[in-house]
Amino acid sequence: MAFGPHLLLATLEGLVNSAVLALTALGLSLVFGVMRVVNVAHGEFYMLGAVLAWWVASLVSGHPALGFLVALVVSPLIVGAIALASERLVLRRLEYNPESTIVATIGLLYIFQQAALTFYGPEARPVEAPFSYRVLLPWFGYSGYKLAVIAASALLLAGTWYMLTRTKIGLVMRATQYDRETAQAFGIPVTKVYAGVFALGAMLAAVAAVLTVPISQAHYLMGRDPLLLSFIVVIIGGLGSLRGTVIAALLVGLSDGIISVFYTPTLAKIIATLLVAMVLVFRPQGLFGTAAR
Amino acid sequence: MTTALEIADLDCFYGEVQVLHGLSFELRRGEVHCLLGRNGAGKTTLLKAIMGLVPARSGRIMLGARDLTRLPAHEVPKAGVAYVPQGRRLFAEMSVAENIEIGLMARGKGAATRENVLALFPILRERLKQRSGTLSGGEQQMLAMARALCLGPDVLLLDEPTEGLMPSMIAKIRETVEQLGERGVSTLLVEQRVDAVLPVADRVTFVENGRVRATVGVDEVRADPDVVKRYVGVG
Ligand SMILES: Nc1ncnc2c1ncn2[C@@H]1O[C@H](COP(=O)(O)OP(=O)(O)O)[C@@H](O)[C@H]1O
Ligand SMILES: [Mg+2]
Repeated sequence: MAFGPHLLLATLEGLVNSAVLALTALGLSLVFGVMRVVNVAHGEFYMLGAVLAWWVASLVSGHPALGFLVALVVSPLIVGAIALASERLVLRRLEYNPESTIVATIGLLYIFQQAALTFYGPEARPVEAPFSYRVLLPWFGYSGYKLAVIAASALLLAGTWYMLTRTKIGLVMRATQYDRETAQAFGIPVTKVYAGVFALGAMLAAVAAVLTVPISQAHYLMGRDPLLLSFIVVIIGGLGSLRGTVIAALLVGLSDGIISVFYTPTLAKIIATLLVAMVLVFRPQGLFGTAAR
Repeated sequence: MTTALEIADLDCFYGEVQVLHGLSFELRRGEVHCLLGRNGAGKTTLLKAIMGLVPARSGRIMLGARDLTRLPAHEVPKAGVAYVPQGRRLFAEMSVAENIEIGLMARGKGAATRENVLALFPILRERLKQRSGTLSGGEQQMLAMARALCLGPDVLLLDEPTEGLMPSMIAKIRETVEQLGERGVSTLLVEQRVDAVLPVADRVTFVENGRVRATVGVDEVRADPDVVKRYVGVG
């Protein structure tokens, strides 16, 4: 393949990466931003989303699109419920203490992983894509489903942005993020907001995972890379900044796609990690974050 | 005169350190009641305790027949108590309009209350889209008061509203406080300096080391400025 088409292919693959990563990282960033806690189990919500998608789809007979669509709705809802239970049973009891939460969510990570191993098993299983249409470009054919993933992610990101900036729920979330005490003095039930944000963050990861399973398979250890990459994105983009998260996800996803195609995936990871180090040294609040007050 | 807010035998702690010691007093309906005391006397802690932000270890805070110490913090504003914190504590990254919206949402107030409050602070109307952190100090204080008045409160708690403001702004704040009684609002005003309260207060309570030293009518303070020295050792 000539260089031009090859670059186009690499860019498309990178965009698919970015699309999934942006959703996952946004979930981590919201929890980090509003609740000021680091959720180490975030990648496991992603994994649970994928595994549950396989389970739900396997229960639905008929056209593969039907199974996929049911999974796209049901799997994030179940993951949201699991997140709510974790928040109620663990995080709230620790009073969202940052250090304790890190340790506790490491514990949750192992619990979720082992639960998946026990009930789902060690196999990697795919979910059939809802459609198999291929877009024919002059140089190569490309999965129509992957393009749909990019579009779906863009829609979900736009929806989240709208919710955060234009609705009362978003206003309440931002007020809680800026000043928890004053928010309470204005009637905002911050523990409810925390619970909602934690569930929302987990559901974003789950949606991203459901979109991914037709491309890569569901596996009980699949949560590690998304967690690592989400951290990279949140650090580069800046805490609690949606714009920063999206731009950093594009940066990391695209460079990962392109460098992996032309050189090696290892080089891509090295560069991303180097970027994180540079950001931490020269702009600790992230490229688009505002300095801590 | 009926009682708007009654505080009885209130004890508050930060960890093991006791800050309020059996503190008692009453806020009458429609009055401007001033709490005067030195830095560190426990004035801010008292306001936070009323708002449920600092737990009361013992004692009662009665708003009519309701004991506020039994409510979770976010229910206190819904009961009709609005708070203007020390240092204003605006949602600095949000616009003026959004700060006002948060005040309105607390008790489900609508356009009528908003108009009413903006009429009190016309300058805010011109700044609705501006990020509140970029307002001048005086404007920020007005926004903090506007945000609180958007609750349509029965009781308003004001913590050092004139701290660090220019004299022209202090006059404006004072003027607003004077109008509150006519609106049926009972005001608890915290200040450190007596000259800041003499023109607006109906009664003055002196606080020292988390205890009430005395409550006197403002005429008594005007007639004999030495009472201030006697009770809190500051002028
Ligand atoms: N968050 C806190 N933790 C521990 N001690 C505090 C805290 N806030 C205030 N204090 C202490 O409580 C006392 C009363 O403080 P405060 O209520 O702020 O006084 P005032 O508002 O009258 O200046 C002071 O001794 C202060 O150091
Ligand atoms: Mg104070």
